[in-house]
Amino acid sequence: MKEELFVSGRNIPNIDPYLNIWHWEIPVYLFLGGLAAGIMFFAGYFTIMRKEKEMQATVKYAPFLVPFALVLGLFALFLDLKHQLYFWRLYTTVRLESPMSWGAWTLMFVTPLSMLWVASYMKEVFPKWDWKFNILNQFEALAIKYRKAMAWALMFLAVVLGVYTGILLSAFNARPLWNTSILGPLFLVSGMSTGLAAIIWMSKSKYERKVLSRIDLIFIGVELFLIIHMFMGFMAASEVQIEAAQLFLGGEFTVVFWVFIIILGLIFPATLEVLELRGFHIPIWIPSLLILIGGLLLRFVMVEAGQITRYLY
Amino acid sequence: MAIDTKKCVGCGDCVVACQTENNVPHGYCRDWIVENVAGSYPNVEIELRSERCNHCDNSPCVRCCPTGASHIIEGGIVKVTHNECIGCGACIQSCPYDARYSHPEGYVDKCTFCDHRLAKGQSTACVEVCPTSCLYFGDLEDPNSDVSKALKNRAWKVLAPEAGTKPQLYFLT
Repeated sequence: MKEELFVSGRNIPNIDPYLNIWHWEIPVYLFLGGLAAGIMFFAGYFTIMRKEKEMQATVKYAPFLVPFALVLGLFALFLDLKHQLYFWRLYTTVRLESPMSWGAWTLMFVTPLSMLWVASYMKEVFPKWDWKFNILNQFEALAIKYRKAMAWALMFLAVVLGVYTGILLSAFNARPLWNTSILGPLFLVSGMSTGLAAIIWMSKSKYERKVLSRIDLIFIGVELFLIIHMFMGFMAASEVQIEAAQLFLGGEFTVVFWVFIIILGLIFPATLEVLELRGFHIPIWIPSLLILIGGLLLRFVMVEAGQITRYLY
Repeated sequence: MAIDTKKCVGCGDCVVACQTENNVPHGYCRDWIVENVAGSYPNVEIELRSERCNHCDNSPCVRCCPTGASHIIEGGIVKVTHNECIGCGACIQSCPYDARYSHPEGYVDKCTFCDHRLAKGQSTACVEVCPTSCLYFGDLEDPNSDVSKALKNRAWKVLAPEAGTKPQLYFLT
């Protein structure tokens, strides 16, 4: 609305001069959701591939982060609600047209499942752990027995959750920057990559780190490809999307996006991982931390910039 | 609703009438006036538009609402049920016209086309108060309604039709 003027003096909080209704809570939640999805996916995958022995951190230790990430993410989401006492309304209807609705339902299933998974490894990770009640012991035996079925469910729900974090934004066609179907796969891949980074950081086995680093490199490559693809799509689209892309190609988000997300959050840690695989000794937390920060920043920038973009009329 | 951009003088009476009628909190508004200036002197054109919720036929706000609080009532008015709204902001993000806002009490609020007045057989507050009578309100499916007659005789446009929402505010040009 460049040449236009609100003669009636509209200045509604969080709406004018540009939309700013979603603050830090949403990107934090999207990041934690993606991180949890990444960890769950690989925990499920390596269980199905019968690699529990070699991939201890992936299958046993890292999943302990998931319930915390999901609960913190949900709490952030709850903080974002403006009519908080009515949050239970989310669970009185299923609306498939609304990504937020089926996302909330996905979380409803995935959070207890991740807790169940963790519970089934409780005694292996904490040998002194005691469930106190006999019924809980029986329950644990049941969880261990059906671990493989849980692994399949984890993988499936992880993909749904990862895609959901992107679709949540891309469903809003009023925000041209978000209105691209690439956002779903992009956030999924980015979530997988942050999940891998967290597992690599926790892993003590050289073999495991090597396997995970190789997978991570593929995901970073795909992520870069999707980002380039996204901009190609914007530049070939209508004026509103060209303007949205300009925010990153010379506009106010150029530096944070290309320097902090693309170079420091993707290319540099990928280079470090390659060097590590080639035999150079690199402290493992450096690439992991950079990828995690890059993933968080990507979500902050997308949420913030998306709200600035709008239709012109 | 149809808005005659040639008759509107941008006085802002519709805005104040709406705020008074609907107890809109201070600093907020459900309708507003936009001045669009094209060209430069002496070849300058000014368009004044009294804007509000477009009550779209294909409303993205209704589609994105996770609880069903945003809905379309009979006659095509888009409304929000306050005690079903969780204040997530999805509808605010989805509106290409930025017609919705978060009410200080938490729920999302917007123009209702004064359906409480329509129920009593009155017209909306903005239409009644307009000193130049540039707002036309009525049933678009009724060929004899004020709005249908206005649209029949004049050229008109809708805002951002490319957003695909099938907006129901018609601006007479």
